[in-house]
Amino acid sequence: MSLLSVRDLTVKFAMRDQTVTALNGISFDLAKGERLGIVGESGAGKSITGFSLMNLLSRPGYIDTGKILFEGEDVVQMNDKRLRNLRGNRMAMIFQDPMVTLNPVLTIGQQMIETLMAHRKLSHEEARQIAIVKLREVYIPSPEERLEQYPHELSGGMRQRIIIAIALLLDPQLIIADEPTTALDVTIQADIMELMLELCQSNQVGLILITHDLGVVSQMTERTLVMYAGRIIEAGRTREIINDPQHPYTQGLINALPQQTLPGQRLKQIPGNMPGLASIPAGCAFNPRCKYATDLCRSRVPEIVHYGEVEVACHEVQRLNSDEDRQEARA
Amino acid sequence: MSDANTDRPLLEIKNLEKRFDLDQGFLETLKFKQGKIVRESRSVHAVNNISLEARKGEALCVVGESGCGKSTVARLVAGLLTPSAGEIHYGGQRIDNLSRAGMQPLRKKIQMIFQNPYASLNPRMTIRQALEEPVRHHYPNASAAEVRDKVTEVMLSVGVDPSWAKRYPHEFSGGQRQRIAIARALTVDPEFIIADEPISALDVSIQAQVLNLMLEAKESRGLTYLFITHDLSVVEHFGTRVAVLYLGSVCEVADTRTLFSSPKHPYTRALLSAVPQLKDDRPNHIRLKGEIPTPINLPTGCPFQSRCAFADARCKSEKPKAIHQPDGSMVACHAVEEDRLDAVAAG
Repeated sequence: MSLLSVRDLTVKFAMRDQTVTALNGISFDLAKGERLGIVGESGAGKSITGFSLMNLLSRPGYIDTGKILFEGEDVVQMNDKRLRNLRGNRMAMIFQDPMVTLNPVLTIGQQMIETLMAHRKLSHEEARQIAIVKLREVYIPSPEERLEQYPHELSGGMRQRIIIAIALLLDPQLIIADEPTTALDVTIQADIMELMLELCQSNQVGLILITHDLGVVSQMTERTLVMYAGRIIEAGRTREIINDPQHPYTQGLINALPQQTLPGQRLKQIPGNMPGLASIPAGCAFNPRCKYATDLCRSRVPEIVHYGEVEVACHEVQRLNSDEDRQEARA
Repeated sequence: MSDANTDRPLLEIKNLEKRFDLDQGFLETLKFKQGKIVRESRSVHAVNNISLEARKGEALCVVGESGCGKSTVARLVAGLLTPSAGEIHYGGQRIDNLSRAGMQPLRKKIQMIFQNPYASLNPRMTIRQALEEPVRHHYPNASAAEVRDKVTEVMLSVGVDPSWAKRYPHEFSGGQRQRIAIARALTVDPEFIIADEPISALDVSIQAQVLNLMLEAKESRGLTYLFITHDLSVVEHFGTRVAVLYLGSVCEVADTRTLFSSPKHPYTRALLSAVPQLKDDRPNHIRLKGEIPTPINLPTGCPFQSRCAFADARCKSEKPKAIHQPDGSMVACHAVEEDRLDAVAAG
């Protein structure tokens, strides 16, 4: 049985004059210890997906339909007590900005020990010992001293390590990391990614990595979902998606990266912008930006279907694959 | 530009320094030491003895991590900050000591694009007002029709529909706003553009659009860029030359191709190895020990020595000078000078 199984998840936001759909029928599975990447641009719905998995959406957002089965139990139907037991304990979340996630008026030790004692029957000293062990696991030097420090006394990279240590405190089955390294410098990002990979592999922890950075996804995950305007448009093994993307949007996203073009040459840009939630075009949401769009694309939403090694939601994927440009690009 | 100046770089930065005082008031500077009250002020050493040059038509990229002083360099060149020491020359003229009035003609030639297009456009001005303002200011004799034509022309050239001119910035997406910010810089026909992280707030597909726009403007208008960024893949694509900064000092300056094919400074190597690659699925980067020191108390010797795997006694005591390499790059590193780097790697 998979660790997490999301079925037909639809999330809506009730605005004053209309209700918009932020997630539209998302389905995916995650095996125990598997690392999954969710990529897309701002407004694609990737962070909303992360929040929904923990049932953390607050008004005006709500889960309209669908199931989120975590170890067989539906997160959507859980009462507050069950949710408290789930969050932080079996499923933990890491956010983008470590300065906002940590409480500035509590020491690192207070925050870690509080979390532990809220979930486990432990004495203060036992909790402190566990906190020290966890800090050591994320390579924090002299952890005993760090416990007495406040978040502002630490650097960004150090803070993000502490957040990871807190996420791992209760040995969760799944970590949801929402842009965990976006606020960090590249050299620190590389350290943090290596650390997360090592910890997930050695503890058999599942990881859902939400990011806009295809390079990060490529190095960290086994499978990838690509999202656009609230839907999954392509899913499959990360290697397949990076090396041989099928959906025109995924192709566009990868081809738009500067390293895909010779220096000084025009980059292959995708025209236009991601649509706002209130104005998602009819049919395939990508059709106004897609050079392969047909009348069918403009009228009917494509189903996600198996195609070769991946799953893809595109009416024209077959025609596209015989396209000469693509044959050439692959050669 | 006169012929005598063709050999000279358009922009020359010589031994530039910038310190920001931490203690604002007189009382804050008083310290009690060995039974006496002494005046002692602390300052952040943001830029330390940087020398750089940019030739006409070049895109000089300045890269480095947070706190390395790259934005301070941009602001110093733009005249938004005054250097603590050193000189900045533009087109043969010294510009760092000019008065406000003396700087006026240069403001037309040197324009700046900022990181956050949400903050750099006045929310209470329509796009037309925002774009016309610099033209009116720099060409006070232009007629209303001329100003309007200029604005329309620039809007078309950056791909913003002139019929949107009556709208306000909040009606546009991030990418469109950054186009408008670029248009605003281009309306006065500048020669030199300082771009401080112009695409880092944008999505990948939009980044490509804006970078293409900046490349087009470079070709069609013969612009010279000073491009500040932390994103090395953008540097490789956009830059003709790169300066790598660490803790306010230049580690390495080289042609883009040279820097990416044979990085020399240990910090440059670590930085390049840390960029996540699409094709390789295992992180394989050079780990740096420790953390970036504070620019308040600069380490003695090489600024990078506390994190460098090759540091020896000389690195700890003597600050390395930038030395010309056979391939044209300039590297400030004792280990490179003494040829210790690859010897260690091979052994």
